[in-house]
Amino acid sequence: MAASMQKISSHICQLCKRRYLTFKHKRSSSNLKSKPWKSVVGLEIHAQINTESKLFSGAENKFGGPTNTQVSLFDAAFPGTLPVLNKGCVEAGVLTALALRCTVNKVSKFDRKHYFYADLPAGYQITQQRQPLAVKGHVDYCISDKNSFETKTANITQIQLEQDSGKSLHDEKDRISLIDLNRCGTGLMEIVTEPDFSDGTDASAFVKELQKILQTIKTCDCKMEEGSLRVDANISVHKLGEPLGIRTEVKNLNSIKSVSKAISFEVKRQIELLENGGIVENETRSFDTEIDETVPMRDKEVKTDYRFMPEPNLPPLHLFDSESVKTVSSKMSVINIDDIQQKLPPLPEDTRKRLEQQYSLKRRDVAVLVDNSGLVDYFEDVMRLSPTTSAKLVSNFIINQLLGVLNDRKLTIYKCPVKTEDFGKLIDLLHTEEISYSTSCKVLDEMFEHPNIAPKDIVDQKDWRQISDTQILTNICEKVLEEHPKLISKYRKGKLKYLHTLVNKAVIDSNNKANPRILKQIMEDLLDNK
Amino acid sequence: MLSLTLKEAVHKLRDGSITAKDLCEKCIERLNKTQQLNAFITETVDISRDSAAETDKRRQKSKPMRWRKLEGLPIAVKDNFCTTGIRTSCATTMLQNYIPPYTATVVQRLQDEGAYLIGKTNMDEFAMGSGSVDGIHGPVRNPWKYKFTSSNTSEQTKPIEQVSMRNYHTSTDDWHIAGGSSGGSAAAVASGVCFGALGSDTGGSTRNPAAYCGVVGFKPTYGMLSRHGLVPLVNSMDVPALFSKTVDDASILFNVMAGHDVHDSTTVTDEFNHFTLPDNIDIKDLHIGIPKEYHAPGLSKDVHNAWEEAADMFEKAGAKVTQVSLPHTQYSILCYIVLNCCEVASNMARYDGIEFGHRAANEDSTEELYAATRHEGFNDVVRDRILAGNYFLLRQNYEKYFAKAMQVRRLISEDFKKVYASGVDILLTPTTLTTAPTYKWFTERDNRTSSEEQDIFTQPVNMAGVPAISVPSKLSTDGLPIGLQFIGQNFKDKELLTIAKWYEQQVQFKQLDLDYLDTVS
Repeated sequence: MAASMQKISSHICQLCKRRYLTFKHKRSSSNLKSKPWKSVVGLEIHAQINTESKLFSGAENKFGGPTNTQVSLFDAAFPGTLPVLNKGCVEAGVLTALALRCTVNKVSKFDRKHYFYADLPAGYQITQQRQPLAVKGHVDYCISDKNSFETKTANITQIQLEQDSGKSLHDEKDRISLIDLNRCGTGLMEIVTEPDFSDGTDASAFVKELQKILQTIKTCDCKMEEGSLRVDANISVHKLGEPLGIRTEVKNLNSIKSVSKAISFEVKRQIELLENGGIVENETRSFDTEIDETVPMRDKEVKTDYRFMPEPNLPPLHLFDSESVKTVSSKMSVINIDDIQQKLPPLPEDTRKRLEQQYSLKRRDVAVLVDNSGLVDYFEDVMRLSPTTSAKLVSNFIINQLLGVLNDRKLTIYKCPVKTEDFGKLIDLLHTEEISYSTSCKVLDEMFEHPNIAPKDIVDQKDWRQISDTQILTNICEKVLEEHPKLISKYRKGKLKYLHTLVNKAVIDSNNKANPRILKQIMEDLLDNK
Repeated sequence: MLSLTLKEAVHKLRDGSITAKDLCEKCIERLNKTQQLNAFITETVDISRDSAAETDKRRQKSKPMRWRKLEGLPIAVKDNFCTTGIRTSCATTMLQNYIPPYTATVVQRLQDEGAYLIGKTNMDEFAMGSGSVDGIHGPVRNPWKYKFTSSNTSEQTKPIEQVSMRNYHTSTDDWHIAGGSSGGSAAAVASGVCFGALGSDTGGSTRNPAAYCGVVGFKPTYGMLSRHGLVPLVNSMDVPALFSKTVDDASILFNVMAGHDVHDSTTVTDEFNHFTLPDNIDIKDLHIGIPKEYHAPGLSKDVHNAWEEAADMFEKAGAKVTQVSLPHTQYSILCYIVLNCCEVASNMARYDGIEFGHRAANEDSTEELYAATRHEGFNDVVRDRILAGNYFLLRQNYEKYFAKAMQVRRLISEDFKKVYASGVDILLTPTTLTTAPTYKWFTERDNRTSSEEQDIFTQPVNMAGVPAISVPSKLSTDGLPIGLQFIGQNFKDKELLTIAKWYEQQVQFKQLDLDYLDTVS
């Protein structure tokens, strides 16, 4: 009895570390419900490696080929065939590891993970269980919505190389299964994160950033709809200050939206379950995009023991750096991590930081530029051709106007008819106040219709030039004031909002061409002096 | 003609003193007359005749073509090496009608040098055994002291379906087993059907039958010969190995096959330097080690004597002969059983009836199809090992069995390294405890017990990957061949073969002569 008492108290100690915490914990347990829930999410991401051939065979590695046409004897596990590691896949893995700021293991190993499934011909998958390619990395990413903007860091646990499986098609009616082995043996990078995400928005923002990184370094095309990037999420909820709850795994999320929605749903489901006195089961679920809910996997497997074993047909994978490479006699198939580091292009976060510094842009704007493929290049091209233009104005105009017009016309930046040179000239017209902001929007529309006419000519043809001449503007203002003596007296009695009414009337009188900034100044002066 | 060595036959074919056609017909005749040995699963007589004709044509060409190293030579290949278009059954129901779409690298390299396939040889199912009695095609019989009956001279074809599985032994007279698991290849070379043969050696599967059948059995260093196309037993120990009548012949075949293969990542990448063995061999500076642990219980008097005589022979010739210790040898067999079962469980997972091989009729569900296919396709030995292997690999058992076995394996490997580091050049041991046992005696034991006994001297070698060769020494008092094993150092295959050749020169072992069969009509 005494022993069991001791056990309980020591158990509590382990939980709370300190005695007073135990006390506090006990006291607050009565109003447990008032404590907020906290959700914890970790991700396992399978990214197909963008190589010509598969991880261990020479078979072609393309999406959408006719069924079973990209299958080598090894992929179909014919007896006596052996895996031959594709150097390109290792290089892609190392490049990815470096991009995710991981430590690349100089020696990594391959293991067999056993399970029976018809689209896994060998009865095992070759993966890296014990000694993965790389460990301990981190990724900075941005989360933004209408009200907030935040930069966060997610920690990468490890990156391992492994084989993809084939695909099974089950015909329930005829009770047959059809197998396509085209995907079988394709190289995957499994990227495992720490449980660093708080919810669906957070996790999906990270996946978006990861997508951008992999696309920038071209190691994965990240087409989630084709399955080249697939996300599994481990999700649990707990009360603040308490240990982590039991987690569920939601598998095969194949769009950014699904990542966000599935996690949000699963968090909500678990909280409701717990609040109603239920318990979360450690299970694998899938996300039904029709109803936006997670559901238990149909063919829920009994707990599988994968009977891991070292892969005897592949020697340990040795990687070198510029120092250790000197000790190698034959340099033919050697992979030098330092060489790959040299090839690492600027990553999205590098670009964000650079743009912030070089052009003194706001991080939030920079994030939008970087998030939209091609915008940074467009922006920088404008700046290169018109170096004196205001960078802030250019980025604002791209983000707030150009993107909108492109979206309306269902165009990408790559198909934008407005040349960067002309775009720069448009911004110049705006910057020098030759046209007003609202006019510049109209000019942009015209430029989409007539990409060969210079913005200046459009302004001239349409007679849209802004009036900034103080004499002309003074005349307009005086005329307006003459016509509205009541408004003047109201203004002078302290109803300052009538300044705005008067300015608007003057703008209309100028056929919308008056420079509103100067006009307002003049109007104010006139009102205050008279 | 069939008593020629491979080296002699190569010469005679080259200088034209014999034609490939004559040689081929002789071999086919011997093949037919030794049918009772059951050495072959598939005979490729048509391929042999075509290839021989091709060789003779090459000679007659006005512009002579390159005379290849093994031009016009028949070889036999164990039925676990893949051969394009030719059934590769591994003596299992699972692959009973399996015709591979590709050829194993080692076979290809022999063929590229002009050798041709006379047939695929009998073995234990998936090479799991040491007697060549546990295959679906019935046991292989040792040609030594075998009483050929006249019925064996008629050309009989053996549709495999008609062969009953275990009770093949119908003769009232008992006979000796060929050893295994590559017994068919050993019997084929010993009986003169071919000049060389491929076997595989995972725990002694080539050296053991070589010793029992009185031929040379050479297991090269792991990584010297490609395993691409060899249906695996234990990947980390499997080595393609070869049978021949002499050490020189083994060296010739080895030189044709050795070297890196892009299809096998475990082959050495360093360029292979071809070699020929010298005829005048000096062993004066040689240090021979006699491992004391190999004085094992059950070692027959005849074998023990042959071993001692050999040691004396070296000593008399000026070599230093000392007793050495390989202290972890005693754990080798148990360790081997664990590793073997684990890799077997893993390697056999692919036989599910989906992509190739036997498929059961039960298609109620994928799981039932798997279960029925694997139940029907594997024999008891294979199923036992799969069960044990999967048990050893369970998460809660991995450290206890597999990881421990790997550690012991390292210790065994270290034993060899230490002995060689102490200055020993080569180890001399018996290959087997006794001469070939009789079928009756052998089959009274179960597969596992006999494997433990049969592999005792050969198996530690595979743990360490070092090269080893069994060389015929002499006949026992009851007229059966005794083999002695030389164990060399990693990648010193040439040195090993050289010393084996010196020993061969001293003992002048007389090959089995079955020429009398030619006179029987």
